[in-house]
Amino acid sequence: MSLSREQIAMRVAQEFSDGDYVNLGIGIPTLAANYVDKDIEVMLQSENGLLGMGPYPTEEQVDADMINAGKETVTASKGASIFSSAESFAMIRGGHVDLTVLGAFEVDVSGSIASWMIPGKLIKGMGGAMDLVAGARNIIVTMTHADKHGNSKLLDSCTLPLTGVNCINRIITDLAVIEVKDGAFHLKEKAPDVTVEEIKSKTAGKLIITENTPDMSF
Amino acid sequence: MAGFNKVVESYDAAMAGLTDNMTIIAGGFGLCGIPEGLISQIRKMATTNLTVVSNNCGVDGFGLGVLLQQKQIRKMISSYVGENALFEQQLLSGELEVELTPQGTLAEKMRAGGAGIPAFYTATGYGTPVGEGKETRKFGDRSYIMEESVTGDFSIVKAWKADKYGNCIYRHTAQNFNPMAATAGKITVVEVEELVETGSLNPSEIHTPGIYVDRVIVGTFEKRIERKILTPTTNNQ
Repeated sequence: MSLSREQIAMRVAQEFSDGDYVNLGIGIPTLAANYVDKDIEVMLQSENGLLGMGPYPTEEQVDADMINAGKETVTASKGASIFSSAESFAMIRGGHVDLTVLGAFEVDVSGSIASWMIPGKLIKGMGGAMDLVAGARNIIVTMTHADKHGNSKLLDSCTLPLTGVNCINRIITDLAVIEVKDGAFHLKEKAPDVTVEEIKSKTAGKLIITENTPDMSF
Repeated sequence: MAGFNKVVESYDAAMAGLTDNMTIIAGGFGLCGIPEGLISQIRKMATTNLTVVSNNCGVDGFGLGVLLQQKQIRKMISSYVGENALFEQQLLSGELEVELTPQGTLAEKMRAGGAGIPAFYTATGYGTPVGEGKETRKFGDRSYIMEESVTGDFSIVKAWKADKYGNCIYRHTAQNFNPMAATAGKITVVEVEELVETGSLNPSEIHTPGIYVDRVIVGTFEKRIERKILTPTTNNQ
């Protein structure tokens, strides 16, 4: 069976290392914050200018001056700092954020990503996504392996307008963990009860499979 | 002698000199940290053909969204727009132009503009539609695009506390684009929650030094919340 959103988030959380500064995009990446290993410390960066993002507030804690990059009310964690947008993107662009996790429409074998614009549909903007993929040291994409019509989102070459070029290291989908390197997708882990055949059939780009692909564990 | 006293008593005085075709740089992220009263004043003045540089364009009926009702904005330079139906309408009809700019590039354009730097190179947007038509250059083994900075005829800024000299402090994430916006306007107007005695702010804790600020006005703020999300309550503790 393919993974649920929560299971993808749980798998994403295994990528966090003790002491990491992490920026999580809207959607599944944000859910990963719920599954951080209790034995490690991770600090979340929100690109509107908050390092050390805490949980959502209680009714009493709600403060209009305290929001995250998704414009949701939020709290600051212990040891947090707050700063301007220029400072925030200096951290991001300057490579000080260890890990960025974000969603995408398409990723290709060269690590390019399309995530912000579908021609013909209303374009709302890229927000901070282009800066994040240009700056973070390690970038992971979470998405479903194929769209709802069954078309692969892992391609030889992205068809949609790009967010960034040659920048994605890893993809965690509802079917697999894929590493992107040397112009190919490398199957590292598969979801339990999903066959390698299914992954193969839903991966349009060049896929390298080594024998005995391990199952993801949670 | 006014000396360094930047305080004005009316919104008319705060935005005096704003005319059609001007460029306004606005602080704020979503509806957080926006100069609500200054936006209302621009609406009242009904100036048109404005270029507005701001991360977002408010929502229907609030924030910069109110300037869309009278079609005062000709062009927006933003990273994320379209939280309002009117915006979409005017964009599709061609009355409104949008220059989508990555958020970090937008912040840096303002920062550089205020710091006297006409352009800078960034990897952000290289190889994407944002980089099309822009000068590129390789430094080391990486390619960058050149982005030009922005300055405005006016900057409108929201601060938490300011003194009469225009020294400002922002509160929490209402800081966002405000400090950069403050530096990039020919005339910078700051709307504050609280005007304090000059000398009472700790000089080491000032975010925006008064040198950047031309006018200070005390405002009242609704501080609307765009997405109120609460922590799930637990009964077992």
